[in-house]
Amino acid sequence: MNASCSRRRWLGLLSGGLGWLAALPVARAAKTAVKNLFTSAGAPKDYDPTKHHWLMCIDVDRCIGCGTCVEACKAENRVPGASSYFRTWVERYLIRKPRAGMTELRGEVTVDSPNGGRNGFPPTLVPREEILKGFFVPKLCNLCAHSPCSQACPVGATFDTPDGVVLVDPEYCIGCGFCIQACPYGCRFMHPETHTAEKCTLCYHRITRGLQPACVEVCPTQSRIFGDMKNLPEKAPLREFIRTNRVFTLKPHLGTEPRVLYANIDKEVR
Amino acid sequence: MEPLLLLAQLGADAGAHGPRVEGYAYPNEQNVLWSVLIVIYPYITGLVAGAFIMASLVRVFNVKELTPVYRLALLTALAFLLCAPLPLLLHLGHPERCLEVMMTPQLASPMAMFGFVYAWYIMAVLLLELWLDYRHDFVRWGQEEPGLRGLFYRMLTLGVKDVSPKALHFDERMSVAVTVIGIPSAFLLHGYVGFIFGSIKANPWWGNVLMPVIFIFSAIVSGIALCVFIYSELSWYRRREADDACLDEMGKFLFYALLVDFSIEALDWLHRLYFADESIHVLKQLAAGKLFNTMLVGQLFMGTLIPLLMLGAAQLFKEEIPNFLRRRIYYFSALLILAGVLLMRWNVVIGGQLFSKSLRGFTTFKLELAGQEGWLIGLALLVMPFLILILFIRLFLPRKHDTSPPAAEATPAAAA
Repeated sequence: MNASCSRRRWLGLLSGGLGWLAALPVARAAKTAVKNLFTSAGAPKDYDPTKHHWLMCIDVDRCIGCGTCVEACKAENRVPGASSYFRTWVERYLIRKPRAGMTELRGEVTVDSPNGGRNGFPPTLVPREEILKGFFVPKLCNLCAHSPCSQACPVGATFDTPDGVVLVDPEYCIGCGFCIQACPYGCRFMHPETHTAEKCTLCYHRITRGLQPACVEVCPTQSRIFGDMKNLPEKAPLREFIRTNRVFTLKPHLGTEPRVLYANIDKEVR
Repeated sequence: MEPLLLLAQLGADAGAHGPRVEGYAYPNEQNVLWSVLIVIYPYITGLVAGAFIMASLVRVFNVKELTPVYRLALLTALAFLLCAPLPLLLHLGHPERCLEVMMTPQLASPMAMFGFVYAWYIMAVLLLELWLDYRHDFVRWGQEEPGLRGLFYRMLTLGVKDVSPKALHFDERMSVAVTVIGIPSAFLLHGYVGFIFGSIKANPWWGNVLMPVIFIFSAIVSGIALCVFIYSELSWYRRREADDACLDEMGKFLFYALLVDFSIEALDWLHRLYFADESIHVLKQLAAGKLFNTMLVGQLFMGTLIPLLMLGAAQLFKEEIPNFLRRRIYYFSALLILAGVLLMRWNVVIGGQLFSKSLRGFTTFKLELAGQEGWLIGLALLVMPFLILILFIRLFLPRKHDTSPPAAEATPAAAA
């Protein structure tokens, strides 16, 4: 009995070992494929996405609507120049005073984003004395934790990375546009030349090399605050921003759990 | 400046400035992404599912009156199913990568299921049912027909040439089993198309649990209407007497299916209006403005209410209305319904992209004449299934096997 048990045990160990040996090349191939994927997204070869977690915050009160971020994004990522393709853009919100006799506390809301705010904003046609308040809201991919675009992509060309970014593999995208329809924030577009889906990558080729996204880099008022939550110094602006502000996300009722956090937005912002 | 040059300049300016936006739309939303091809895709799959449900009425629910259209309905379903993937394929930015949807599907995506649902429906349901139903005839025609045609039928028997009563009984039982599987499959096929839209929570016009149900019932309605249309046309073309009992039965089912479809869509609107979430203002503006002609006039009035009245009258006053008039009622109702369901697909697909997800504005859509997503391609895709169906009818419903009596007006006695 003992001999049989021992034989069975050894046979089990042997087959287990052989199984591991067989699985090893498969695991290595899978690891290489994943590494290639990140490299194709612009990351350097030694970049380990599990050791980072990127976060973007927007301080709406600081944005002056200069559009430098939009321009920088277009140049850095070769975004098509036409006025209907943006990885990031800036919206201007003007909330009017309530008309005389109205019971509401706020009047009509006007939103515009001429050419995505790329060239700044022209003077508004709304008379100054009628404006209750106005502010600018920079927009970009909301880096949803439960991203509807990744869920919708039929081939997995859009995917969530372990470091909190949502990327598109242009070599794999079939150009069906389902992800574009699924994005509640209008952050995606079909590239007119490559015919694949495009979106903000947080300048993945830059952040994986220790740089900041182009829009953050050029923002003159530091309205965009960016950092790596896994490697955040004690006095980092991002830590300070989250500690001192009440932060909100866009369209929270959709359950997408955006990782772009906004401070000081009004209820009108969608 | 020369007038022509001026016009060209104006056109170039219009192109450069893109579509006209009213209110505010996110910049990336200005161009409508899914165009006429994605309108046609659910239309065609709906016709497939509806035609199959129509055929199943004979096989499973034993509605004997519909026997004359049983095979025609199945062949119609097949002809349209063969064309169903085309609009999707043509619409892709990279059609050469289309097989990735089946090779490496992302299983959380409803669109990834298309290949599997399609393959299941065509291979496990439609072709199998047609083969089981036709096998006996294929064996017989293979012996009777000379030359290539005979060879073609012999090949279609797949070598199974046993036509003993026992074998035919087995075919019959299997066919019923396949149809029983086919009914939920047809619901799956088109419910799935509805789910593609219904699952998009980003878009309040689409993201709706009733969407798959609405799609299924509109599919049934359009499928029956298509069978009425094709059966009437075929009878006319062959100068044969259309079976009035069959047309009456189709008219009855068409009426009740349309009534259910109308009720569910009305329920959808009632629910939206009562629920009144943040999107309701923009959706009301959409329905009353951009979609006024296609939805309220086309889909609701012309495509639903008028056919309901006509078909309802034919049900209520069946004895009083003479046969020739009832035939025309069914025919024109079917045409109106077919147009109405096409407009319904338009309203869903295009309507859902005309308003911004910011819920603050609208964009415009202009259908091109030529190009990848133009009128011409759309028209070609709608005509193609009919051409395939003509071929199928010639091969599998040949005139010499048509046992229906000649049309009364075509006989010399009637003329005299």
